[in-house]
Amino acid sequence: MSVTEQPRKYTVKDFGSDQDVRWCPGCGDYSILSAVKKVLAEEGVPPEQYAFVSGIGCSSRFPYYVNTYGMHSIHGRAMAVATGLKVARPDVHTFVITGDGDALSIGGNHTIHTLRRNVDITILLFNNQIYGLTKGQYSPTSPFGKKTKSTPMGSLDQPIAPMALALAAEATFMARTIDMHPKHLMATIKRAMEHKGTSFVEIYQNCNIFNDGALDYAQDRKVRAENVIELEHGKPLLFGKDLDKGIVFDGRQLTVAQVGENGVTKDDLLVHDEKDSESYHAMLTRMKYPELPEPIGVFRSVQRPTYEELVNGQISEVIARKGKGDLKKLIEGRSTWEVREEGA
Amino acid sequence: MSLEAHSQKQREIEELPQVTIRFAGDSGDGMQLTGTQFTNTSAIFGNDVSTMPDFPAEIRAPAGTVYGVSGFQLQFSSSDIYTPGDVVDCLVAMNPAALKVNLRDLKHGGVIILNEDGFTEQTLKLAGMEKNPLKDGSLGKYTVHTIPMTQSTVRACEEVGLTGKGAARCKNFFALGIVCWLYSRPLEPIIEFIDTKFKDKEQLREANTRVLKAGYFFGETAELFTRVFRVRKAHLPPGVYREVHGNEALAIGLITAGQLANKPIFYGSYPITPASDILHELARHKQFGVKTMQAEDEIAAICSALGASFGGALGVTASAGPGIALKMEALGLAVMVELPLVVINVQRGGPSTGLPTKVEQADLFQAIVGRNGECPLPVIAPQSPSDCFQTAIDAIRIATKFMTPVMVLSDGFIANSAEPWRFPDADSLEPIEVEHPEETNGEDGSFLPYMRDEWLSRPWALPGTPGLMHRIGGLEKEDVTGNVSYDPENHQRMVDLRQEKVDKVADFLPEQEVLNDPDGTAELLIIGWGSTYGAIRETTRRLMRKGTRVAHVQLRHLNPFPKNFGAILERYADRPILVPEMNKGQLALLIRGRYLIDAKPLTKVQGRPFTTTEIMESVEHLLAERGKVAK
Repeated sequence: MSVTEQPRKYTVKDFGSDQDVRWCPGCGDYSILSAVKKVLAEEGVPPEQYAFVSGIGCSSRFPYYVNTYGMHSIHGRAMAVATGLKVARPDVHTFVITGDGDALSIGGNHTIHTLRRNVDITILLFNNQIYGLTKGQYSPTSPFGKKTKSTPMGSLDQPIAPMALALAAEATFMARTIDMHPKHLMATIKRAMEHKGTSFVEIYQNCNIFNDGALDYAQDRKVRAENVIELEHGKPLLFGKDLDKGIVFDGRQLTVAQVGENGVTKDDLLVHDEKDSESYHAMLTRMKYPELPEPIGVFRSVQRPTYEELVNGQISEVIARKGKGDLKKLIEGRSTWEVREEGA
Repeated sequence: MSLEAHSQKQREIEELPQVTIRFAGDSGDGMQLTGTQFTNTSAIFGNDVSTMPDFPAEIRAPAGTVYGVSGFQLQFSSSDIYTPGDVVDCLVAMNPAALKVNLRDLKHGGVIILNEDGFTEQTLKLAGMEKNPLKDGSLGKYTVHTIPMTQSTVRACEEVGLTGKGAARCKNFFALGIVCWLYSRPLEPIIEFIDTKFKDKEQLREANTRVLKAGYFFGETAELFTRVFRVRKAHLPPGVYREVHGNEALAIGLITAGQLANKPIFYGSYPITPASDILHELARHKQFGVKTMQAEDEIAAICSALGASFGGALGVTASAGPGIALKMEALGLAVMVELPLVVINVQRGGPSTGLPTKVEQADLFQAIVGRNGECPLPVIAPQSPSDCFQTAIDAIRIATKFMTPVMVLSDGFIANSAEPWRFPDADSLEPIEVEHPEETNGEDGSFLPYMRDEWLSRPWALPGTPGLMHRIGGLEKEDVTGNVSYDPENHQRMVDLRQEKVDKVADFLPEQEVLNDPDGTAELLIIGWGSTYGAIRETTRRLMRKGTRVAHVQLRHLNPFPKNFGAILERYADRPILVPEMNKGQLALLIRGRYLIDAKPLTKVQGRPFTTTEIMESVEHLLAERGKVAK
């Protein structure tokens, strides 16, 4: 990062572009945009040090609305574009803005491979369980049986679990948050940005036009406490309005237990550990409403060298060992011969 | 060499102007290595050489079958040559299948050298031969030498303690030894190669060297051969040469371009025949700062390259036709965001998976018009293996100067063939000037990412530059500001501008050269592109010797066409114009459409290059027709 003058303070305005925001009024994307701009202003890093790359979909218009470098690429491919950018420019903090269709359907392959490479980028996946920009077809996260324009009798596809997919793809950072929970949203984005490696953030986002209320159980403040569980490293898995319910592991699976009943105390509850084993994280990814409360917050945060470090590391290593490339020798190759002038 | 001098004393020596040899065997027999080594020693000896490997798509097809046959053809000559030869003078066949597949290309009276041990009841059956050709007299019109190569090899290996299959595997060096003796080739370059290859494997080094020499001495002592042949050194332009393959030259060219532009190459690629060797070659040269990424698919390969270009690297990707098809949407994005990018298509037989290891030029339309929307980009085609070097540099030069993706159309023939290359001095190469703005360019102090220079090129502002933050993307851009715009007039203007920019590339290019017709009196014009260069060039020379002058234009730039191309066509409009292509006439159709000229296609889609005879016959036919009309 090329640090120039003295550090200065930035405001939300510094990160807003001059373009009119064209999302539908009431869309959950507004609150995510606002949270991102607030977090960036707090970071104190100048706007030119950021790049936002997106694919196609409602969420993917995001780069136009932040005054940083940005590319609104093609459907599903933002992570591939961002990977190239990050390998070429490890100094640029790179975000990928994507949606459930973009990242899990048409671009599913890139999601898997970006995660396993651990490219140091921040992925914000806006999950609204619907195709909005194409006006309301079911998405890879829509529940089985979902009735939409393309599935008048109900969809026949089992929904994908983004977190479970990320874990299977060797993600080093996975978190989930909610558009209508601004404090949690901002804190999660901040954590994701701090992580060195691919950070994968699933954001529950309401599409108030084509799928309004689909995520009410998690978004609506009146019921949220009963249906989601806020993960905190080192703290027991507690939830409920009065924080009187918890998660216990019965040796085979996770179940809900009422604290204070049947002899269950807080000590019997599972304690969240971001660094703990994959099998524990795997169980978290499978927790689904209504059977279980759904976790939000940082599921997993572990360290592994980043892809761009490794790519550039191999280059430095070879140069340290053999010196910089000699173009003359390269062009000459291994063996040459000379043709002399006739009679010479 | 002393060996050579010794053997030539005892046999009649026949001087030949040039010779075409084909080595053929199972795909595990090491025929590619044998051919490469023979080529190398011939080039070092001072001949001009041209090669054509021909291998199956299967890695190890069942041994002894016709579909597992791997071949390597080369021509070496005492004058400059441009093709690996039309007909084969000498065929080396390690088993019946290799003989069966390749016999049709051998000239009458040609030499056949057979591995006798490879002809068993079982291998004959595998090749689908009912009778043993060694015994039924069917090879009567050829000079046949039947040699127990496997047995002789195993015997030579015994001396160094190598036995069994490991020993038999060295038999290709025995064959190589025989052929070196027969054609008076020096062994030293091959021995040097063996020394390097088996540096840490003493036994194999010794075994292969002994086997090679055993083959050579076999030729000398067995008295099978009544005469040996000699092809004198060629009169090549003086200078220092090396041998180079097309894919290798592309890789070296890309690295060189990176150095000339003082920028890292980012190469995103997904393995595909016949383009993978470019990735292999680039991955070996990290000390030049080359970043290679084996992507998860063709789309990620091009998208990562485009992302790298956005960051200021030189993004490059390569594939063959099927992979290029997958890249097309991203290539459209590259046209829209106007970033430099080089996309290499090493063409192979299509459609679909087609003929993965064979040559075709049928992706010209795909390159020029294969995207949605009006989506122009420059297209360049190298004409020979060594020409790939300059082509790669040209592609990067155009891509960066015009802020555009550039398509390079190589093919499977160029990719795998080798030729001597009088390589340039690295210091003599012109640097590639690339600028990145540091200041805003708008009157009100804003940054306008789509403000154009005199070449209609937009500024390449890099992330990290203060004050130049901007957003690009696939939605239509407003002229100058680059903001999203759905305005009808603006779309028309932007489509026109993108076309005009690509057309302007022609102003930057050298004029098209016409070969073989200094005074413009040729009877006919041949227009070729890409790897047909050699066969066309050879044809025009053969015709010259027969008293027919034929002009030759080899197009390097297929979009835009060179500025003077229209004038050239007009000049020859009163004479036949022939366009040989390994497709169904794609360039011919472009020329006819663009210039309203009656260009006659000569097409071939057999997965093999044109022979000079094929082109010559077509020329003679056209000239005869014309003669008839004139009468």
